[in-house]
Amino acid sequence: MPPRLKLFLPLILFLVLAAFLYRGLSLDPMAMPSALIDRPLPEFRLTELADNRPLERDDVIGEPALFNVWATWCISCRVEHPYLQQLADSGVPIYGINYKDEDEAARRWLQDLGNPYRANIVDREGTLGVDLGVYGAPETYLVDADGIIRYRHVGVIDERVWRDTLEPLWREIAALESTP
Amino acid sequence: MIPEFGHFALIIAFCLSVVLCTVPLWGAWRGNATAMALAPNLALGMLVFSAISFACLTWAFMQDDFSVQVVANNSNSLLPAQYKFSAVWGNHEGSLLLWILILAVWTAAVALFSPQLPLVMLARVLAVMGFVAVGFLAFSLFTSNPFARLLPGIPADGQDLNPLLQDFGLIIHPPLLYMGYVGFSVAFAFAIAALLGGRLDAAWARWSRPWTNVAWAFLTLGIMLGSWWAYYELGWGGWWFWDPVENASFMPWLAGTALVHSLAATEKRGLFKSWTVLLAIFAFSLSLLGTFLVRSGVLTSVHAFATDPARGLFILVFLGIVVGGSLVLYALRAPAVRSRVGFAWLSRESLLLVNNVVFLVATLTVLFGTLFPLLMDALGQGKYSVGPPYFNAVFVPLMALLMPFMGIGPISRWKQDSVSRWRAELLVPAIATLVCAITLPLLYEGDYNVWVALAVLFAGWLVFGLLRDLGNKVRNASSIGAGLRRLAPSYWGMFTAHIGFAVAVIGVVLTSQYHIEHDLKMSPGDTDSLAGYDFRFVSVGQVRGPNYVADEAIFLVFRDGREIAEMAPQKRRYLASGDVLTEAAIDAGVFRDLFVAMGEPIGSDGAWAIRLHYKPFVRWIWGGPILMALGGFLTVADKRYRRQRSAARESNREGAVHAAQT
Repeated sequence: MPPRLKLFLPLILFLVLAAFLYRGLSLDPMAMPSALIDRPLPEFRLTELADNRPLERDDVIGEPALFNVWATWCISCRVEHPYLQQLADSGVPIYGINYKDEDEAARRWLQDLGNPYRANIVDREGTLGVDLGVYGAPETYLVDADGIIRYRHVGVIDERVWRDTLEPLWREIAALESTP
Repeated sequence: MIPEFGHFALIIAFCLSVVLCTVPLWGAWRGNATAMALAPNLALGMLVFSAISFACLTWAFMQDDFSVQVVANNSNSLLPAQYKFSAVWGNHEGSLLLWILILAVWTAAVALFSPQLPLVMLARVLAVMGFVAVGFLAFSLFTSNPFARLLPGIPADGQDLNPLLQDFGLIIHPPLLYMGYVGFSVAFAFAIAALLGGRLDAAWARWSRPWTNVAWAFLTLGIMLGSWWAYYELGWGGWWFWDPVENASFMPWLAGTALVHSLAATEKRGLFKSWTVLLAIFAFSLSLLGTFLVRSGVLTSVHAFATDPARGLFILVFLGIVVGGSLVLYALRAPAVRSRVGFAWLSRESLLLVNNVVFLVATLTVLFGTLFPLLMDALGQGKYSVGPPYFNAVFVPLMALLMPFMGIGPISRWKQDSVSRWRAELLVPAIATLVCAITLPLLYEGDYNVWVALAVLFAGWLVFGLLRDLGNKVRNASSIGAGLRRLAPSYWGMFTAHIGFAVAVIGVVLTSQYHIEHDLKMSPGDTDSLAGYDFRFVSVGQVRGPNYVADEAIFLVFRDGREIAEMAPQKRRYLASGDVLTEAAIDAGVFRDLFVAMGEPIGSDGAWAIRLHYKPFVRWIWGGPILMALGGFLTVADKRYRRQRSAARESNREGAVHAAQT
């Protein structure tokens, strides 16, 4: 290659990168693959964190619940943990999806920080995560009594998120349940 | 009225920047001295009006003017005054205004402190910086106006500043970080000006070197403060998370470190010219990219500030013009001929090249890891997240690879060196290092830790090599004091910065290897012992702060039965937002930190989830960067920059006299 042409290499690399960045702008990292909204929670056959008993989809549906994707390596999960505990204490059923984590560390976490979860699905390989289209932790899915995903929230759940977006949906779904 | 003054001043600053990036450049092209001479004055004008604008926004915050939208969203009448001040840049619009102000400060500084520069060079440099200012001023005015009003319907009170940002570290972290980020624009402007003028020589490197070193030092301090803040404010004792926003500031630092070293080779030996120019462009491009990543929302982050795709598009277009434009210029104008100056394999040049390769690879791996989720998403490969395991796995070996060479660097000679000389010089340091590496980990109770031994080996190699070099330098002086005084500030700068690196390595490895944490349930009256310290949980009480209420636990810490500290961690609830925040209590020391944080109350009998940490050498993680930054600042005091300045003033005066006579 002539030496002058080599000097164009940085420019070419930058243009490729810029094309990706441009594409990135129109992608919302928070957005869920829209295909999954109002679709059933994917089937899975995994285990429970505390006692390794097998756990599948039918075990966790039946009433409206939150499914919270978390991991001990996830900083933000620690931030939202106290609030999840508060929600659980006020009677909201929350299931945990322990995502790409080590069981021992996860058990210790729950022991130390409290356990807001009805049950924890161990998704060590991230297979359920892939089916759900998990971008990262934390992520929370609102699933109704029939096991249909109604909403997905990416990021930390705090009082504002709950009050402004999740709670209204939650009430709506609960109201539907009580009027058959 | 005041906010409108601020808005107006910002518009004037924008107009000045437009003139700055056009007229002097035209002057430089046509050889019009009057047009070129406008540049310094325009730069000063830009500073004055950006400062007025910034002062107006600050006034709005201090006076609780909730009719201004950013004030209403990010402040509160109960907020303590110092946080009202830092709230000015605790939001997107205000932080952008800070960016602009700091860019104006750097531009004006170049205008004021560069009398040695030829006018045509100065005009070009300032015009390039003016162009960058145009972009950011337009960004602020057209997409993120900080002075937008909420009229009618002024809220009675503001929504408060994010409690995480209500902290001393966050008052000074953004300004320092921006001083570094934006400071690389000077190195960038010098590189572009040199490409435009077709003059890439040792003089160019000498001009841009002090600016680059100072910017690098500021960036070092800024990143250090961010890490320190994360440690004590986020409440779980971590100090680096490889979060996209952290990476955004770390990538320019890595590229800047390579640049600082490659500039040395360019100045002293006239080598690596094209490469140095490319690094200068690269470092500043990464600063811009960082701004894009943080402000556009293409990546998720714990720092999740308000983001907006329209803003992202604006920065991306600007990024494309600046980076794309400069790379086109680079491709067309950079010298493609091989440098005539040669150097042998065993020489300081080669070692600097190793530094450059390692830091470039490190930058690219961090860049790749940061952008990977975005790339996969754009290719339709699904959503991914890249976590600390990736970054640690690639970054730690790279640094380990760097350090053996780093130990030889200072003692090596330019052009040609020999293994036999290195062996003669470094045999004693090597033995001393080896002895330290084997024995020092034994001092620590518990198992012998190989990683710690390795860290001591590498850090000791740096320190003993530097000491040997220092010894050589003072050996011929009449007394040690006289020898030390004779050394140039630039040498001391290098010395301090390299020692700082060794200190940081020790801090990072020892903290990671030796830290102990206990997470447990404790009730008042309980005691837990950790690394020889007994933590007694005395009581919990309610305290009230200016804008929060808190549960405060009191811990007494004993060592060998003697009380050494009282610690009071808090769990705060901020009144305006309702946010709950953990305020850890830290007993800091040179060799260890004790850290207590409160989790959640457990049950109704007053028990709490408590987190106790013992963190040895954690201060060294930040002490190292402070030394590095100090080193960066020291180099600027070097006589050769000043001597040349007075000489240039002489020659300027002569030139003026000469011009007047003809």
